[in-house]
Amino acid sequence: MITTNALAAIALTYVMFLFTVAFVAERAARRGHVDWLRAPIVYTLSLSIYCTAWTFYGAVGSAVRGGFEYLTIYLGPSLVMIGWFWGLRKLVRIGRAQRITSIADLISSRYGKSNLLGVGVTLLAVIGTTPYIALQLQSVTLSVDVFAHPESDGSNQLMTAFWVAAGLSLFTVIFGTRNLDANERHHGVVMAIAVEAVVKLFALLAVGVFVVWGLMGGVSEALARVDASALGQWDVQGGRWVGLTMLSAAAFLCLPRMFQVMVVENDSDAQLRLAAWAFPLYMGLMSLFIVPIAVAGLDLLPAGANPDLFVLTVPLSQGQEGLAVLSFLGGFSSATSMVIVAAIALSTMVSNHIVMPVWLHLRRDAASFSGDVRHVVLLSRRLSIMGVLLLGYVYYALSGGGAALSAIGLVSFTGLAQILPALLGGIFWRGATRSGALAGIGIGFAIWMYALFLPSFGEGVILSRAVFETGPFGIAALHPHALFGLGGLDPLMHAVLWSLSLNTIAFFVASMVSFPSPIERLQGAQFVNADLAATGRRGWSGAAAQSEDLMVMAQRILGAREAQALFLREARKQGVSGLLPDPTPQFLEVLERELAGSVGAATAHAMVGQIVGSMRVSVEDLMAVADETAQMMEYSARLEAQSQELTRTARQLREANDKLTRLSVQKDAFLSQISHELRTPMTSIRAFSEIMRDSDALDPGQRAKYASIIHDETLRLTRLLDDLLDLSVLENGQVNLNIRRERLSDLLDRAVAAAAADEMGACIRIDRSTIAEQVVLETDVDRLGQVFINLIANARKYCDARDPALTITVTEDAGGLVIDFIDNGAGVSTEAQDVIFEKFSRVGDQKAGGAGLGLAICRQIMARLGGDIRYLPGQGGAAFRVIVPAALEQAAE
Amino acid sequence: MAGHVLVVEDEPNIIEAISFILSREGYRVDSHGNGVDAAEAVRARAPDLVILDAMLPGRSGYDILRELREDPQTAALPILMLTARGQTRDRDLAERAGASRFMTKPFSNAEVLEAVKALTRSTA
Repeated sequence: MITTNALAAIALTYVMFLFTVAFVAERAARRGHVDWLRAPIVYTLSLSIYCTAWTFYGAVGSAVRGGFEYLTIYLGPSLVMIGWFWGLRKLVRIGRAQRITSIADLISSRYGKSNLLGVGVTLLAVIGTTPYIALQLQSVTLSVDVFAHPESDGSNQLMTAFWVAAGLSLFTVIFGTRNLDANERHHGVVMAIAVEAVVKLFALLAVGVFVVWGLMGGVSEALARVDASALGQWDVQGGRWVGLTMLSAAAFLCLPRMFQVMVVENDSDAQLRLAAWAFPLYMGLMSLFIVPIAVAGLDLLPAGANPDLFVLTVPLSQGQEGLAVLSFLGGFSSATSMVIVAAIALSTMVSNHIVMPVWLHLRRDAASFSGDVRHVVLLSRRLSIMGVLLLGYVYYALSGGGAALSAIGLVSFTGLAQILPALLGGIFWRGATRSGALAGIGIGFAIWMYALFLPSFGEGVILSRAVFETGPFGIAALHPHALFGLGGLDPLMHAVLWSLSLNTIAFFVASMVSFPSPIERLQGAQFVNADLAATGRRGWSGAAAQSEDLMVMAQRILGAREAQALFLREARKQGVSGLLPDPTPQFLEVLERELAGSVGAATAHAMVGQIVGSMRVSVEDLMAVADETAQMMEYSARLEAQSQELTRTARQLREANDKLTRLSVQKDAFLSQISHELRTPMTSIRAFSEIMRDSDALDPGQRAKYASIIHDETLRLTRLLDDLLDLSVLENGQVNLNIRRERLSDLLDRAVAAAAADEMGACIRIDRSTIAEQVVLETDVDRLGQVFINLIANARKYCDARDPALTITVTEDAGGLVIDFIDNGAGVSTEAQDVIFEKFSRVGDQKAGGAGLGLAICRQIMARLGGDIRYLPGQGGAAFRVIVPAALEQAAE
Repeated sequence: MAGHVLVVEDEPNIIEAISFILSREGYRVDSHGNGVDAAEAVRARAPDLVILDAMLPGRSGYDILRELREDPQTAALPILMLTARGQTRDRDLAERAGASRFMTKPFSNAEVLEAVKALTRSTA
C-alpha cells in the first residue's frame, strides 16, 4: 500500500518536473527561441485543459450515472472545432489583432471599452469559475484520500485541499506573473500544460488498456460486457443531450481558461489549423475507455463505491499500484493545469478590470506613477491569483465536497455560457450594443445565480429550505427550479433554458432599441470585419525587427542623433551589446515618454503600440491623437499668425526707421543747403565791404559797382529768408488763407507784370487765351498769384529757346480749372522731373539766382488751396499744370 | 612776380572780390566757372596755386581735388579749398581729398591773402 507521504513525494517530484519544464521554456522564450514553443502541437495540447479532473475522473462517474451522456461534454467542443472552424478563426484573429487579454477584455473592448461590462464579465467569470476550481481541489483531495484512508475523514480532506490550493497558487504566481509580458503570453505555463496533457492522456489510456485487455480479455469481450451491463441499455434523452452538447460548446468558447489558451496564447492560424482536427482526436482518445472503465468499476467494486474514482480504484482493487499512481498523476495533471490557467486568466481580468482602474483612480492626483505601475500590476495579479484559489477553497469547504464532479462542472458551464450571446453578437452583428450586452449578461447572470448557482450549495445553505418548497415568499412562479411555472425539467436544463433564452432575447431587444456610441460603432466594425483586416496584417518576427522599427520611428521624431543616443543608453542599461535594446516594457515606457515630449502622449502611445503591437490602438487613442493634432494645429496657426504679426511689425518699424533716416538725411542736406545759400552772398558782402573799408584808392566806378554788388547780395539774402520763412509756414505752420474773388485774367496780368519786374532772365513772349481766362476765382488769389509769378519767372530764367515764348492755356475739367504753362525751351530732363518740386533743386547747371525753393513753395501753396501743381512731360518745352479745385471755380460763377 | 592763381568758382562776385584782393598784391588771377572741366583747366593753365570752391555746378570740388592729387603733374600743387557749408565733415573731406588749406566762406580778405602768400611761398 502506498502511503500518503509516498504519494506526496511523488506529487512533489512531479510538480518539480513541471517547474523545470516551465522554467526551461520560459528561459528559451526570453532568449527568443520561441519557434518550438509556438509549435501547433504545443498549442493543441494546451487546449487539453478543457479536460479537467471532471473529465478525467468525472466522466466515468457521469457514464455510470447517465450512460453515454458523458459524451456530450466531448461532443460540444469537437463540433465547435470542426464545424465552426471559421468562426473560431475569426475569434482568434480578433484576439490577436486587438491584443485581447481576456474574455472580459474582449467583451469590454467590443462594446466601446465599457468598464462596466469588463467588471461584470470578470465577476461572472470569477463566480462561475470558483465552483470549477473547487471541483479540482475536490478531485485531488478525493484521489489522495483513496490512497490514504478507505474511510474518509473530513478534516483531513480540508487540509489536503488547502495545501493543494496553496501549492497551486505558488506555482501560478511564479510562472503566471514572472514577467509582465505585454502580450500576456506565458510560454512556460503553456509548455508545462502541454506536458501535463500528454501525462493525463497516457494515464487514462493506460488504465483503459489495462481494463480492456488486462481485465476483460480483448475488445470483443469488452463490448459484450458493456452490452450486458446496465449502461448499454439506458436511453438517450434527446433534449438533455442537445442541451448539454450546446452548453459544453458554449462553455468551450466562454470559459476564461479556454479563452486564455485558445485566443490569448495563440500565435498563428497554423496553430488553430492543427488543433481543428488534432484536438477532437485528443478528446476522442480521452473518451475511448470511459465506458469500459465504468463497466469494470460497477462489476468489480462493491455497490456504493464512488464512480468518480473508478479510474483510480479499479487498478488499485486489482493490486496495480503503479498504474494507480500513474492514474493519480493523470488526474493531478488535469486538476492542476486547469487551476493554473484559470487562475492566470482570472487574475488578468481581476487585475485589469477591477484592481488597476480602482488603483489608478485613487492615484489620479499623483503626478507620476509610471515607475511603480509595473510592481502594482504584478502585485495585484499575484493577490488575484491567491484570491481566486482561496475562493475555490472556500466554495469547496462550504459545499462540503459531496456533490458529483460533473454536476459542479455543469453549474460553471452554465454561468459562463451567459457570455455567449454578447460574444457571438459582438463578432458577427454590428448592431449589437453595449446596452444589449449589459442587459443580456445581467439577466442571464441573475437567473443563473438564482436558479442554479445558489441552489448548488444545497438546500438551506444560502437559500432557505422554504424557497425550495414553496418558492420565495410563497410565490410559486419564482421557485428556483420552476420559474414562471415551468416545472418538470431537471434543475440544470431548467436554468440553462431560462437564463440563455432570456439572456439572448434581452441582448437583441436592448441592442435594437439602444443607440451605439461612436466608439462602439467603430469597435464593432473592427470586430465584425476582423477577417478583412486580418488578411492585410503583417506578422512581426522577433524582437530585433520591432526594435528596428522603433528606431526608425524614433529617428523621425526625435532626430537621428538623439534617437541613437537614447537607444544606446537604454541598450547599455539592459546590458545588451549593440545599438538596439530589447523592447521591454521599461524601455517602451522610456521611449514613449521621450516621444510624448515631441508629439504628445496619446500619439506616442498609439505609435509605440502600433509597432510593438502590445497595445491596441483604440478609438479612444485615435481620438486623443486627433485632439492633440487639433491642438497642435491651432497652436501652430497661432504661432504663424504671431510670426506674421511680428514680420509686419518689423516691416513697419523698418519702414519707420528708413523714413526717419531719410528725414534725418534730408534735414542735414537742408541745413547744409541753407548754410551754402546764406554763406555765398555773405561772402561777397564781406569781401567787398572789406575792400571798400581797406582800400582808399578805389575809383568811383569801382566803388559804385562794389556797393551795388553788396546791395544785390543783400536783396538775395532777404529773398532767401523770405522764401524759407514762407516755406516753413506753409509746411508746418497755420496758414491763414485770404479768400477773395478775382477774375483769372486780372490775376494773370498782375503775375506777368510782377515776373517781368525781376531784372534777371531774358525777355519772353507770353501767349494767353483771353476768353478762357474770363473766369472768376474765389480763393487766396495772392497765393495763387505767387505760384503764377514763380512759373512765369522760371520760364524767363530757364527757357533756352532763341525766341523764348510761354503759352498759358486755360481749360475746364471735371477736376476743376486747369491752367497750363508751357514754354518752347528744351524742357526738364526726366531725372530732374522727379526732384523739381523738392527744396533746393535747380533745373540745369546754370546759376539763375534763386535758391531752388520756388517750386517747393508752389507745391505747398497748391496743396493748401486744395489744388495741385505738376510737371507735364512730353510737351516739347517745360510744362507745368496748375489745377484749381472745381468747388472754388463753381462758386466763382 | 608773386605767382599765378587760378580761381575755380561759380559765383562771379566772389571771383571778382578774390581777383581784386590778389591782383593788388601782384598775383596774376585767372578764373574758371564750372566743375565739369575744371581739372583740364588747371592742367592747361598750370597755375602756381588753385583756389577751389567745394560746390561747383557739374562736379564736386572734392572730386576735382582728388583727380588733381592723383595726377603727378598736379599732385604737389598748392590748393586752397573754399566751402560755403562750413561743417566739420567738409573739413574732413577736404583734408582727405588732399587740400593744402581749407577755408570757410565768408572769409576775411586778409586771411585769404595770408593763405595764398604762405602756399605760394612754400612751393616757390
